[in-house]
Amino acid sequence: MTPPERDLELVGITKRFGEFTAVDDVSLVMPPGSFFALLGPSGCGKTTMLRMIAGLETPTAGRVLIGGRDVTTTKAHERPVNTVFQSYALFPHLDVAENVAFGLRRRRERDVDARVAAALELVELGGMAGRKPTRLSGGQQQRVALARAVVNNPAVLLLDEPLGALDLKLRRQMQVELKRIQNEVGLTFVHVTHDQEEAMTMADTVAVMNAGRIEQLGPPQELYDLPRTAFVANFLGRSNLVPGTVVDGGSGDGVLGIDAGGVRMQLPASRAAASEGDVLVGIRPEKVRLLTDDAAPEPGATVLGPGTVEDVSFCGVSTEYIVRVPGVGPLVVFAQNLAADVPVAPGDEVRLSWSPRHAFALPDRSAAPAPVEAPRPAAVAR
Amino acid sequence: MTAALTAATVEAHEGEAEGARRRSRFAWVLLAPGLAYLVLFFVAPVAVLLLFSFYERVPGGAVGQTTPAFRIANYTEAIAEYAPQFGRSFLFALIATVLTLAIGYPLAYVIAVRARNRPLLQGLMLVMVIAPFFTSFILRTIAWKQILADESAVVAVLKAVAILPEGARLTATPFAVVAGLTYNFLPFMVLPLYANLERLDIRLIEAGADLYASPLSTFRHVTLPLTMPGIVSGSLLTFIPAAGDYVNSALLGTTGTSMIGNVIDARFFRVVDYPTASALSVILMVAILVLVGWYVRRAGTDDLL
Repeated sequence: MTPPERDLELVGITKRFGEFTAVDDVSLVMPPGSFFALLGPSGCGKTTMLRMIAGLETPTAGRVLIGGRDVTTTKAHERPVNTVFQSYALFPHLDVAENVAFGLRRRRERDVDARVAAALELVELGGMAGRKPTRLSGGQQQRVALARAVVNNPAVLLLDEPLGALDLKLRRQMQVELKRIQNEVGLTFVHVTHDQEEAMTMADTVAVMNAGRIEQLGPPQELYDLPRTAFVANFLGRSNLVPGTVVDGGSGDGVLGIDAGGVRMQLPASRAAASEGDVLVGIRPEKVRLLTDDAAPEPGATVLGPGTVEDVSFCGVSTEYIVRVPGVGPLVVFAQNLAADVPVAPGDEVRLSWSPRHAFALPDRSAAPAPVEAPRPAAVAR
Repeated sequence: MTAALTAATVEAHEGEAEGARRRSRFAWVLLAPGLAYLVLFFVAPVAVLLLFSFYERVPGGAVGQTTPAFRIANYTEAIAEYAPQFGRSFLFALIATVLTLAIGYPLAYVIAVRARNRPLLQGLMLVMVIAPFFTSFILRTIAWKQILADESAVVAVLKAVAILPEGARLTATPFAVVAGLTYNFLPFMVLPLYANLERLDIRLIEAGADLYASPLSTFRHVTLPLTMPGIVSGSLLTFIPAAGDYVNSALLGTTGTSMIGNVIDARFFRVVDYPTASALSVILMVAILVLVGWYVRRAGTDDLL
């Protein structure tokens, strides 16, 4: 099975249901052989986008191209695309082998039996060929659905939250399996999920979607390290976002100076999505160090505090602290549970520090979603 | 101590067994009315029917007089004499079943699948299917007599477009009888089909389309097999009563179109020939049982039996 070298391209694709815009003018290119994740909360339009690629939904505007060929008006059954449905949608009247053979039989392909056997072997269900889908476990059904799609060797394989119905342990296992199968068959996988961990562990490119638009697109490490919007900063992992004002544009030394509640913070200008006016300074909780007593910060670090520890939650490998810093607000800190650590209890005074090269700056839009700890808006009083 | 414990255990076991006995007795009490009904109105009449089917008529005796006998010739004579009516019954019932399926499947599909998210429309269409039941079966069949009468608009139109030749008629023809059967049994086809199609998972149809099946191919390989139980139960509910029906033939046909139901009716109530009428009834029953058994086996829906 050599994969067809065809990329998938979406050009200004839009879908409206009445007044509601599910997908809003999205354009992107997925290169052949890539593992592409569409990540977003439910209702963000990611499934609608997948259905438009599959041909199960007609876009209101825009075009879908597969290998350069415009398939926007091509019917679902004529597209070189297969889907692993969220519900698996296995045919209950056919056994496992016939489910997998369905697509091959419809296209009157040869060597159906051998190819079905190979596909079942790939998903490690060789002995289940004669079973009815209703007699399989959820994880096995999921594998059959995958085999049924992969066996057709499509240009693009679409996965619609395929692991959503599985329990956590099985989900982890299937994440690894899926990645292995993708490496093995080399097909382009487009994976829709609301699980950020799933997207980050499996995909080589992640597109974070929100309200019908793509907020940011890139390799997961890049998205995590340098989010460009507050939505991405909080949907992909968690972030501390501190409102501030740029006081030094950094035109000389490439270092941005920001005043946040009276504290001067610095970060490389290259890590700022906005370099003037009001900004949000972001720092991941695991990048923040707790400084007790006289512990010295690293040279050049941004130091906040002292603040009061409000909450301590023990999570096994790490401990989560919430520290309220006067003038800045509450910040979340994840600290590894190393043996040498001095225990910190609620009510203790601590300082916080982080290296400027881990901080990032985002444009401060009033529409930005709430950071980890939602600051109460001042105007709630009636 | 040990003895006391053992005794207690034994007692507990006995108590359990007692409870189980009581429960099973209670189940029989609940079943009794249904069983009594079955024995009184099904088992007993069938036994009497079977008994009478071997009796002998008394030559020159009073009307309906019979003597107990074991006359197998009742059966051979009945089959020899009424083979055409048997053939016609099964043919008419078969055509009517095929027609109700052809008309009823799209109807049930539209109500159950296309109107799925429009409960008002769905309810309205279902009422329209069931509404005819609120009028008498006989009255509705007599109405068909008017629709197909020589001077009716239907006949006039068919003659005008030369589908029906001059001088031909619809009433008192096999066509009229089959039309009546089809009309009268349509709801018996639509309702089981509806119940089945209502549970059809649209996502499976999407999966078919996703796996290179054209709409026609998806219907053949996904929708049709999944709705087979509905088709089987609908056609059984249509075919069985249609094969034994005599009202449609009596009201819309002639002696030339009489079905086995008409013969049985005449033998029982006009000729008062109980042995022949009974033998005919038994033959009809067995024939339907054999046909249905074969059909259900063929359709691969054994779990319905």
